[in-house]
Amino acid sequence: MSRRRRKMGMLAVLGIASALMIAGCGGGGQGEGEEGGDQPTVTIVSDLPLQGSSRPQNETIVNAIKLALEQRDNMAGDVRVNYTSQDNATAQAGQWDEAKCAENAQTAAQDEEIVAWIGPFNSGCAAVEIPILNEAGLGMVSPANTLLGLTKPSPDPTEPDKYYPTGERNYLRVIPADDKQGRAGALWLDDEGVESVFIIDDRQVYGQGLADQFEQNAEELGIEVLGREGIDGTASNYRSLMTRIADEQPDAIYYGGITQNNAGQLIRDKVSIVGDNEEVIFMGPDGIFEEAFLEAAGESAEGAYVTFGGLPPEKLSEEGQAFVEEYRDTYGGDVEAYTAYGYEAANVVLDAIERAYDENGEVTREGVLEQLFATEDYEGVLGTWSFDEDGDTTLTELSGQRIEGGEFTFDRTIDISE
Amino acid sequence: MSMVEAKQGGLLDSVRSSSWQSRIAVAVVAVLVVVLLFQAAQDPAQFVSQLLVGITNGAIIALIALGYTLVYGIVELINFAHGDNFMLGSFVGLTVLSGTFLGLGFFAPIGGDSGAALQIVGVVFALVAAMAICGLINVGIERIAYKPLRNAPRLAVLITAIGMSFILQNIGLVWKGASQIPFPSLIPDGNALGAFTDALVYRWKDLFIILVTIPLLLALSYFVQRTKQGKAMRAVAQDKEAAAMMGINVDRTIAVTFLLGGILAGAAGVMFGLFNGTTVFNVGFRQGLFAFTAAVLGGIGNLTGAVVGGILIGVIGAMSDQYVGVRWTEIMIFTVLILVLVFRPQGLLGDRSSVQGGGGERT
Repeated sequence: MSRRRRKMGMLAVLGIASALMIAGCGGGGQGEGEEGGDQPTVTIVSDLPLQGSSRPQNETIVNAIKLALEQRDNMAGDVRVNYTSQDNATAQAGQWDEAKCAENAQTAAQDEEIVAWIGPFNSGCAAVEIPILNEAGLGMVSPANTLLGLTKPSPDPTEPDKYYPTGERNYLRVIPADDKQGRAGALWLDDEGVESVFIIDDRQVYGQGLADQFEQNAEELGIEVLGREGIDGTASNYRSLMTRIADEQPDAIYYGGITQNNAGQLIRDKVSIVGDNEEVIFMGPDGIFEEAFLEAAGESAEGAYVTFGGLPPEKLSEEGQAFVEEYRDTYGGDVEAYTAYGYEAANVVLDAIERAYDENGEVTREGVLEQLFATEDYEGVLGTWSFDEDGDTTLTELSGQRIEGGEFTFDRTIDISE
Repeated sequence: MSMVEAKQGGLLDSVRSSSWQSRIAVAVVAVLVVVLLFQAAQDPAQFVSQLLVGITNGAIIALIALGYTLVYGIVELINFAHGDNFMLGSFVGLTVLSGTFLGLGFFAPIGGDSGAALQIVGVVFALVAAMAICGLINVGIERIAYKPLRNAPRLAVLITAIGMSFILQNIGLVWKGASQIPFPSLIPDGNALGAFTDALVYRWKDLFIILVTIPLLLALSYFVQRTKQGKAMRAVAQDKEAAAMMGINVDRTIAVTFLLGGILAGAAGVMFGLFNGTTVFNVGFRQGLFAFTAAVLGGIGNLTGAVVGGILIGVIGAMSDQYVGVRWTEIMIFTVLILVLVFRPQGLLGDRSSVQGGGGERT
């Protein structure tokens, strides 16, 4: 009797337990069901170097993309947009890494959820990524690549076709390319009365391409090019190169390259051997237009000329100023040179997704790409502009900065259409 | 005297018995030297400037190369972690000068604005601290990573050394980040010859490198040749077992060798930072590679050879930057290395460990 009662008791306990479990499962299932709905969801990714000295600048770009999404409540029209930030740098390299760029592109190519790609930051990385994403038909908008050959014919006859194996274009950029920046640099030096220049590049895709453009424009303007050298970014110093340049007595030295290839050491040795930046001009491109350069170069940076393929934050339109302020309110820190370009790229992408959905009733890579190229008279933080058929911006205003008191100071607007 | 005569007699023999490859090597080197002298005659001031740049750069390489060669002379191991130890040396110097460690401020940073006396104290303190810490790091590496493998196949130790190199490099990366880090400018950039001539620039910084390098070399030479511990080192280099039988503590002698190598690397690290004005976590790789090349060029295991090799690489680099082109500099350096090794596989001064008396060829 007593044994039987105990058995029944156990059965009861088991019954209650299993009932609870079923109820628990049901509850969980309901919760998941509620989130679904028939709202389409897509993913956009950014691909930027987030390690090494490029990190501070690129963190602001990531923040700007997040800000653009927040302002729209993560919605592009009726489409919910998820955002993933990818890192294309390795700690070992201290800068962008070719293998990492390829790996990121290949992963994204496989993921059908991803309909647009913002980035990369470095032209050399773009040269690796564009062909991979071209095969996948994924549209890319770069905030910062300025290498001419990525979109237009360059001194290399295989450019730009070698980047587009399918023959269709999938790459656009919101920053003016190096044909414009190289010309802006040459125009500025010409304006300063420079008659001879020595050109140095960092042997990377971006630096060499820019130096080529600058060289061509300088020659057209009648500035004598005394020599051209490519430096090794890991050399301990450049004293012998500078000793040689000093012997050539140029009016200016032009550096085509990025901070991470030892630009700080280069200008230190330049000032120490060739003379300060008032005596012999040192000019560099947007690749050194960042705090990291000021830190690495120290006092030697004083008076250096820096061109930028766009306008600095404080010279942007009213919308641009509003963005700078909102950024400051949201993230505390100041914007860097490319922050506004990252924000513009994000907004262009989000608008394209919205239009693609309105037009086709669904969001596909193909639809977004088509709408990206259809961007016309876009009124954004950079002004009013369109993409041309190569995916380049129609903006023609570039800027010149000088380094004064350890800060980049806006010097002039250079309009290359003149 | 008799040695010189013997060598001259041997020279004719060696030419007669030399292979055609080595004759070509000599011819190429001779042509290079003639071309260089021709250039020098055209613009002597420029040539001398580049020579000075090359010697100064070479002096730093030589200091690092000594660490490779010392260790090789005793345990026949290429200590690949040595270049990264050099990098840590520059970081230690940087930390000392910043006056802050682990978030604790000990004293105000010593920089270009500090008083002259404070600057001198700062430089000396940074040098001594880096030498001490790098010396100890090197001893620690030997104790942990190399000593347990002393009787293992040589390849095992070599791989361990490469592993240590990566570990140290990543410690540097975690410690100071991936960017180029500015070094306070404590040595004046002005021309030390300014009082005498304007045609030639030899900065106080260049002078500083030479003024620190030479006493270090003399001290090392004195230690190895004249002290009891140095004698023990030479004995261990010659024959470990025989030395042990004579009552020499082999383990301690090897540890002392690593200590000396580390001390030189630490000094070189701080000098590198003060001289160039920046440093970065992966600077040890390239400098280490050049230093290793210098050691092989001069004859690995040979102290004088390491110095000669280091300065030679510095000078070749500078001359190539001037007369050939920066893009070709590395090719030039390694071409010379190959030519030298084809002609003299034992290196310029012979690879017989100088701690055994040095200079002679291996028999």
